[in-house]
Formats: sequence, structure tokens, C-alpha cells
Amino acid sequence: MARQAKAWIAGVYEHPTRKAVDKTTPQLHAEVALGALRDAGLTKKDVDGYFCDGVAPGLGGLSMAEYMGLNLRYTDATETGGSSYIVHVGHAMQAIAAGKCDVALVTLAGRPRAEGVKALGARDHGADMPERGFEFPYGPAVTNLYAMAARRHMHEFGTTSEQLAWIKVAASHHAQHNEHAMLRDVVTVEDVVNSPMIADPLHRLDCCIISDGGGALVVVKPEIAKALGDRCVKVLGQGEAVKHTNGGRVDLTWTAARRSGPIAFEEAGLTPADMKYASIYDSFTITVLETLEDLGFCEKGDGGKFVSDGNLISGVGKLPFNTDGGGLCNNHPNNRGSMTKVIEAVRQLRGEAHPKVQVPDCDLALAHGTGGQISQRSGSATVILGRSDA
Amino acid sequence: MILEMREHTDPVINPETEAYWKAANDGKLLVKYCMECKEPHFYPRALCPFCMSERTEWRETAGRGRIYSFSVMRRADPVYAIAYVTLEEGVTMLTNIVDADPETLRVGQEVEVAFGAAANGQAIPLFRPPDATR
Ligand SMILES: [Zn+2]
Repeated sequence: MARQAKAWIAGVYEHPTRKAVDKTTPQLHAEVALGALRDAGLTKKDVDGYFCDGVAPGLGGLSMAEYMGLNLRYTDATETGGSSYIVHVGHAMQAIAAGKCDVALVTLAGRPRAEGVKALGARDHGADMPERGFEFPYGPAVTNLYAMAARRHMHEFGTTSEQLAWIKVAASHHAQHNEHAMLRDVVTVEDVVNSPMIADPLHRLDCCIISDGGGALVVVKPEIAKALGDRCVKVLGQGEAVKHTNGGRVDLTWTAARRSGPIAFEEAGLTPADMKYASIYDSFTITVLETLEDLGFCEKGDGGKFVSDGNLISGVGKLPFNTDGGGLCNNHPNNRGSMTKVIEAVRQLRGEAHPKVQVPDCDLALAHGTGGQISQRSGSATVILGRSDA
Repeated sequence: MILEMREHTDPVINPETEAYWKAANDGKLLVKYCMECKEPHFYPRALCPFCMSERTEWRETAGRGRIYSFSVMRRADPVYAIAYVTLEEGVTMLTNIVDADPETLRVGQEVEVAFGAAANGQAIPLFRPPDATR
């Protein structure tokens, strides 16, 4: 018997640009919205719910709704960094289930490459940020914060740079087939560990790319999905959680996926072993390794062994991941990864991934996002998706 | 190569944290303790993050701890090491390691507080190996 779902993903779209020198950020939001609505077979007149992150231009949802001419009865701008868009999928599902909207549009866009923004420094949220004086003087950057997590994981579990490198190797094997991917060269473990050290123990090839672009999702109520046909994908479960430094009780070996994963799996009535494919936000190789452990794909501390020897490569290993090349090789719009994670999971469930990476009979998939910095404060969100007949 | 002092970003000082920064200028590292649940916390807050009690007080630490984790920014100029240091009092704080060879840093290493300076002269707590010589 087919599983019931409170909401379905009817349309997805990934912007093909990786450097948007001639487009504005609001324009990118609108272009991805149009792309996802066309993919769904809907128009903007059908949209009555809108979701965006906390860094969308202007007054966020208010400015973007005006720019796109949306007529809304529900809006949400929950901001959990790069995990926001999977949070939005869950919030859209809840809003639809509560009858607050029928067609929810989620958009992400940004131009860090065109604007020349370095992803190295900590983001300044103003003089009121309570942790400011206790962190900024020390030069926190995205790279060295994730590097400290990698160092501690290595210390406690014996994880090696070569094991982390396998994550990039797998992503590069997939990216070679993606004509839009920024980095399409297949790399080896040696290539990764011999690339320049950025923030030790992380090398340049342990880090994701910086790209412009964006993506959008259309989440609809079950009755609309039924009318739109088989390309719609079920939202079977979603979970989200937040982790921080907990008053100075710092443990960098795990992420909030340890909580968001079980919530999503329980809601779906499924387990990690049921997943045929996983999109895992890959801001850095260590992000993927800790997330796989936290989601229960292997025991805590065994992530290094789990990712080695091509286990994440489609057609080779047990858990095909990020078959579009992920943030490590393909696309990382506005330095935020979870939108593209959902998009590739939907492609897999529809059988629309590139034939070289398509998982056979892919009926159940997971997408996971991590936002903020895993060594400071971070949000995690997990969604379990199912093919229409799953 | 020895990790040097560098000029730090000025911290924003407000009524909630000014005692911390004044103590730093006197060469002392403070943490906040909760008088209800008896737990120390970091970074310092007016209300305890564990039980939300408003009865918190400043206490001076011994200024000693161990490196919980660290990363050396190889491409920065000057090269610097960011670290989490777990104090003897039980809290872990973000900091920089100075007066040390980056090749010799290790998790678990003993360190003691030292003080660098922000652009405006405010003292900033840092850590260094206890046997380091200036
Ligand atoms: Zn307390």
C-alpha cells in the first residue's frame, strides 16, 4: 500500500548560472520561482504560500512577494543558514496540513561570486550579537571552524585526511557527468591530500565551491499533486534541530543531525537502511562525515571507514550521495547548500538524474542540510522523500 | 616559525560584559558562575544559560587549560592558530594560541592564559604553552 503524505514536492528548479554578473539577486529569485512553477505545471497565480531565508533581499518575504507579484495568505522566513530550505519544506508541509496554504513556493538566490564576497570571514550580525566579543577577535572563519571539528574527530576516532578525501572523490565522480557543475575533473585521494592546506587539517579540495545562482521548490497539498501526476514526490518526514556551544560545553564530534534525523525517520516510519539515495550538505568533507554518522548510516566514529573505497559513488558503493556533484563540485548558491540537496533528491526519485549516476529503482531518498558553523551554532534539517508509488 | 601576537578586532563592550574586559586589562580571565545551579558558563551572560537564574557572579579562573581542538590558518598573514581551550574550571572557550610553533600544537596540550591587544588597546585573552618564552 502506498504511503500517505501530508504534502508533495511538485516542482523543482536549479538555476544554471554559477556566476551572475548581469543579474540581480531578486531577479534570480524570480527566475528560479518561474522555473520551479513551470516544472510543476503551475503558475504564480496558484501560489498562496511563500518561504525564503533571512538574507533574501530587502524585507525578505515582503520584498520578494512584491517583486514577484505574489498574492499570499501564508509566509515564513525561518533562518537557519544553509539548512533553511529543508526547514521550509517541513514548515510548508505543516502549513498545508493545517489548511493555511495549498501551494507553497520556496526560493533561494545569491551572488557571492559576482560580488566578490569571500566566504572566509565570520558574518557580522551587528553589535548586539552576544557572542561577538568572545569570538570575532580570534579570527573565526568558516574554514577554520569546520577544521576544528575535523581535528577533534580525527583525535577521538582516528579519522584520517585520506578518508575525508574519499567524500570529494565521490562528488567529483558524479560531477563529471553534470554539464553545469563548476568542477568536472575527477580527482583522487592523493589530489585532495596534496592540495594546498587552507585551515589544517582541511585542504582546498576538502572545501566546497563558491557560486552564484539559486534554486526553488514548489510544495503542494495532496489533492493538487494527484491532479499534476506522477512526477510529484512525497514529503514523508522532516526533522530539524539546533546545536550551539551550550554555555561552553563544546563537543565538535557531532552535529544537530543527531536529532533532526531520528525525527524525520520516525515521521516517515523508515530507517537509514531504507534509503536508496542521500543528498548530504557538503560545505566541507567533514560536514558529510559527521552527518552520515549522526543520521545513523553508520556508528559514531566509523564515518571514515564508511566513506572510503568509493562507498558514496553511485553504481559502486552502498550509499550513492550528491549525484549532481554537490557543493564540493557542482553548485553552492549563496554559500547555502540544502536547496540543491532537495533538488537532486527529487531528480533521483523521478528517474531524471543523469543516466550515469541515476540510482536504479530509486523510490526512497533523504536530503539533509546543515547551516551556520558546526563548531559554533548550527541548524540541521532532514527530509525523507518518496516516489509517487512509494 | 613561532605564532605571533597580532592585532585583534575590538570587542564590543556593554554593561553585561564590561567586568570581563576590565579584568582582562588587569591580566585576569573571568568566567560567570550560576549561584542557583552552581554551573560555570562561557561566554558570560547576565542570566545562566542552564537554568535562566538571574543570580550569576564573576569568578577569576586559574587561567590554565588544555587545547580541545585547533586549526592553523596557513594562508593568513601572519599565520594564526584558532583553538578551543577547555579551562580547568570546566568551560571551553574560543581563543588563539601564541608563542608556539604551529607544528608542535596538539589536542590535549596544556596552555595558560596570556593577553594580546585589540586595536583600541583592550586586552584580549589568548593562550600559550606554559614553558613558552617571550
Ligand atoms: Zn544556573
